[in-house]
Amino acid sequence: MSNVIEKRIELNASVSRVWRALTDYREFGEWFRVKLDGPFMPGEVSTGHITYPGYEHLKWEAAVQKMEPERLFSFTWHPYAVDPKVDYSNEPATLVEFRLEPKDKRTVLYLTESGFDTLPKNRRFEAFRMNEDGWTEQMTNIENHLKQRP
Amino acid sequence: MSRGAKQRVALKVRAAVFAALGAETRLALIEKLSTGTPRSISRLAEDSTLTRQAITKHLRVLEDAGVVQSIRVGRESLFEFRSEPLKELQSYLERVSEQWDEALTRLKAFVES
Repeated sequence: MSNVIEKRIELNASVSRVWRALTDYREFGEWFRVKLDGPFMPGEVSTGHITYPGYEHLKWEAAVQKMEPERLFSFTWHPYAVDPKVDYSNEPATLVEFRLEPKDKRTVLYLTESGFDTLPKNRRFEAFRMNEDGWTEQMTNIENHLKQRP
Repeated sequence: MSRGAKQRVALKVRAAVFAALGAETRLALIEKLSTGTPRSISRLAEDSTLTRQAITKHLRVLEDAGVVQSIRVGRESLFEFRSEPLKELQSYLERVSEQWDEALTRLKAFVES
């Protein structure tokens, strides 16, 4: 079990096109399905509300970290969990990073979301970073063991 | 319980599990217990540099997070590993991961159109 989400996607568009889709707040809103109140600014909190059908009651809130043109866009947030009735101030925030790399005329986009264990760089989950099968097998062993116990 | 309240509880539990796992000594205890054999504090202290008091304290944190539970066998208190909270964490991460897959698919359609 890893505590980092990692994605890689190839986009048939230039890095400048992808950069705009990520960092122009109106364009970001289009594909992410959020209506943002204003432009992204490093060091500032971006606010808005989700437009995804069925989730319109949810707020969007993210603290913009880095905006290195056509290379890196990052923010911290509480992943997909901004219910206005819940106080998240004591909950750990996660770090979302979009990294762009040109590949011919296309773009490779790397997305990572880290910090589910509150510290971005650590070895906490190293013990659980065994392969899925190993972990599942161990879970099964434990369950069998529990069932057998009178 | 309202949806907000339920979500608050789920968040608290998740945070507690993450926090419980956030110390190498506790991870080491879990690793020992995750073989499936319940063990006593004395047994856990045998092959450890930790004192019985320290082990008791760490087991308490794991117990509060639901990762470990104590059972009585005769006159002895044994501690055993519970996999459910870790499974819950895993499925939470899977949900977040799926939501990213969907968002990135929409991004792809958006920039390629």
